[in-house]
Amino acid sequence: MNSHDKNDDVEVVACTNGPLLVRGEIDLRAANGEPIEQTRKTVALCRCGVSAIKPFCDGTHKLINFKA
Amino acid sequence: MHPTESSPARDYEHHDAAHDAAPHSSSSLCENWHDEDIEPRGPISSLLIDAFSRQTAPHMIDGLADEVAAAIKSGRDLVRDEDVQLALFLLYGLYYGRVVDNGDQWEWHVDTIAARLELERAFEAQLRNLVSVPELPNAAAEDVAQALFTLTAPDPDAKPGLTRHIAKSLTHEQAIEFMVQRSIYTLKEADPHSWSIPRLTGRAKAALVEIQADEYGNGRRDRMHSELFARSMRGIGLDSRYGTYVNFAPAITLASFNMISLFGMNRRLRGAIAGHLAAFEMTSSVPNGLYARGFRRLGFDDNVTEYFDEHVEADAVHEQIAARDLAGGLAESEPALLSEIFFGASACLMIDDWVGEHMHESWLAGESSLRKPFPFNAVIANRHEGSVGDSSASAGAAAGAAR
Repeated sequence: MNSHDKNDDVEVVACTNGPLLVRGEIDLRAANGEPIEQTRKTVALCRCGVSAIKPFCDGTHKLINFKA
Repeated sequence: MHPTESSPARDYEHHDAAHDAAPHSSSSLCENWHDEDIEPRGPISSLLIDAFSRQTAPHMIDGLADEVAAAIKSGRDLVRDEDVQLALFLLYGLYYGRVVDNGDQWEWHVDTIAARLELERAFEAQLRNLVSVPELPNAAAEDVAQALFTLTAPDPDAKPGLTRHIAKSLTHEQAIEFMVQRSIYTLKEADPHSWSIPRLTGRAKAALVEIQADEYGNGRRDRMHSELFARSMRGIGLDSRYGTYVNFAPAITLASFNMISLFGMNRRLRGAIAGHLAAFEMTSSVPNGLYARGFRRLGFDDNVTEYFDEHVEADAVHEQIAARDLAGGLAESEPALLSEIFFGASACLMIDDWVGEHMHESWLAGESSLRKPFPFNAVIANRHEGSVGDSSASAGAAAGAAR
């Protein structure tokens, strides 16, 4: 990402019954401090707990009738 | 068809050289043109193929209008009509390029446009007759998003279909068929929806571009989804040049691609294309995870499954944007398009179900889902011969990205 993007505000959308949609560059890290590679500009972060690719969403909230 | 006209794009790499080197060659990026003759499937496609293969200046295509009118009047099922769907594929191919010879001079010819309009009107009328649109929500973005998620929700009571079959009992030959069927759209992944970008405004346009930028690799050619799919094809021994397998694709497969072209290329159908993309993205993440599982079970490595793995993550993002910002944003700015958004979404679910059912039912019956016998052994042999070439193909794509 270029410096222009880094200056953009980060926007987080709490999607109804779904993930947190994050626009803008964030410093995403594992609990041990290791950076987690962010391969796309906008990411969806799991908040139902069943994703197989955490911290990212894999759409499986739809299979467990997650409500939020 | 053999290319005959010269163009800078095709001079980039000579197609025969790429072909001789087998699909695993580093030179076989998916933009190279196929060199298979497209076979006619009836009178309309025969007239078109004949006209497009001649090096003469564009001319009136004698009998074309009559054959089109006859097909429409026949009462045949146009969605599964081999001649009509191949004709539409060829006519839309004039706008995408790299499908027929001498296409440039036919792109805006009055005869080809007239034939396309007549065929697509009849195709659209049949779709509208068959698609049932759910009760419409309020034209508010969040309401539209939730209604789309309800419409596309997995049915827990559904009998096991294609996706489950691929995850659990896919055979090597069926894996090849699946990729051949998918190649008609996926080697042009995102392109038919991109036609609609200038037809949208505001939030809906920004959302579509946000999704499409990701589809096109965010500036990295080797991350373009069409390139990921081309790598997967080469990884199982297939030729990844667009159009190589058109002759094997049955009408229903061409119809699902033609329908997206129809929605994308007509401004009046901008609601339908937005709804289509939303439904398409919303029914992608979970199935792609199962496809990856099925292909891994057959022993295919990350080079082949990367396309599916990428879509698990990407489409979980895209579905949120498509539902709320694209479809929802469009409904808020143009409430009159609400029913069109749900028509497009419902049409996507219907025709993709038909494509899936066709494959699944063919396989359950012990048959091929392709239109004619496929040279499986050659593809399987190609894969083994090309196991070293797989990495060079990836390297080639990466090198292409750097150019």
